[in-house]
Amino acid sequence: METINSEILSLTYGSIVRQLITDLEDMDEVNKQLDVMGYNMGIRLIDEFLANARITKCGDFKETAENIAKVGFKMFLNTTATVVNWNADNTECGLVLEDNLLIDFVELPEACSKLSYCQLLCGVIRGALEMVNISAECSFSRDTLHGDDTNEIHLKFTSQKAEAYPYKDDD
Amino acid sequence: MPAKPRVAAEAGLDALTAELVRYYRAVGHGTVPAALLEAIGQRVGRALAERYTRDKPRMVEHLDVIKWTCKELWGEVFRKQVDSLRTNHRGTFVLKDNHFRWTRSISVDPGDLGAGAAATAATAAAAADHLHLPCAIIRGALQSLGVDCAVTADPSHLPAVDFTVVIAPPPTR
Repeated sequence: METINSEILSLTYGSIVRQLITDLEDMDEVNKQLDVMGYNMGIRLIDEFLANARITKCGDFKETAENIAKVGFKMFLNTTATVVNWNADNTECGLVLEDNLLIDFVELPEACSKLSYCQLLCGVIRGALEMVNISAECSFSRDTLHGDDTNEIHLKFTSQKAEAYPYKDDD
Repeated sequence: MPAKPRVAAEAGLDALTAELVRYYRAVGHGTVPAALLEAIGQRVGRALAERYTRDKPRMVEHLDVIKWTCKELWGEVFRKQVDSLRTNHRGTFVLKDNHFRWTRSISVDPGDLGAGAAATAATAAAAADHLHLPCAIIRGALQSLGVDCAVTADPSHLPAVDFTVVIAPPPTR
């Protein structure tokens, strides 16, 4: 896949977040818009992902999470996440992201303490999963920009739609 | 510049800038509020110029800054160099990129396609929304390097895009 210097991406993303803060002022609104923007990107990036990733159809949500962590983050952000803390019925887990190029050069001032700077990533994951018929919730449970020791995305499977074919078999 | 720069997928940046246009088009009820995209782009351009020229001697001549833009800025941001540079030697420069990457996927609604000139106009209009950000990045970089200017883009001959840089006349004393 074609690559660019990550600085362009980090700086452009940062400039967008700054503009949203200026436009919207309220951090909850900014977080919401970042999530929507990410979702809109995710529903398109899934095609890019599936076209370039050498993976087979996931048998269960555990495989899905591993593919996001190892293949997805590698493909787009040149890093890998670690999948941790599965719950008893394997519907919830954490994606630990030690290295996140989006936050290169970033420090959050006090006034932005409620900002989820990388909320776009949660939207991307949510949108991409939607396109493979999985509904999931996605949010940051740990954030180094808020002083945590690492970044962790909480991923929660909510439902799966059966694949619907747009035509009947007996036509 | 570090020896081995960190990389990210170009597809990610493409998706982000496309979504940005879509988002602001919705905010502007169908018309992109150019000033907001320009604010975003100028910050990026300024930051890039500062980083890339940090350890280099200051460029004094406008022409040197323009040449730096054609080679190094274009290389980093648009993944190639400007194909041709023209000037009227009175402060106007035209930078021509024969295959501008950021507009390479501009598609037009098939219903809008007429024959020849009309089709080009529809595509150019669609492309114009996507050129506010690149123009602002270029302008932000130039301003940060001491070149006070305006930057506009002409997408009427896609995939080529002509960027016109008009340098502000020096203030009269």
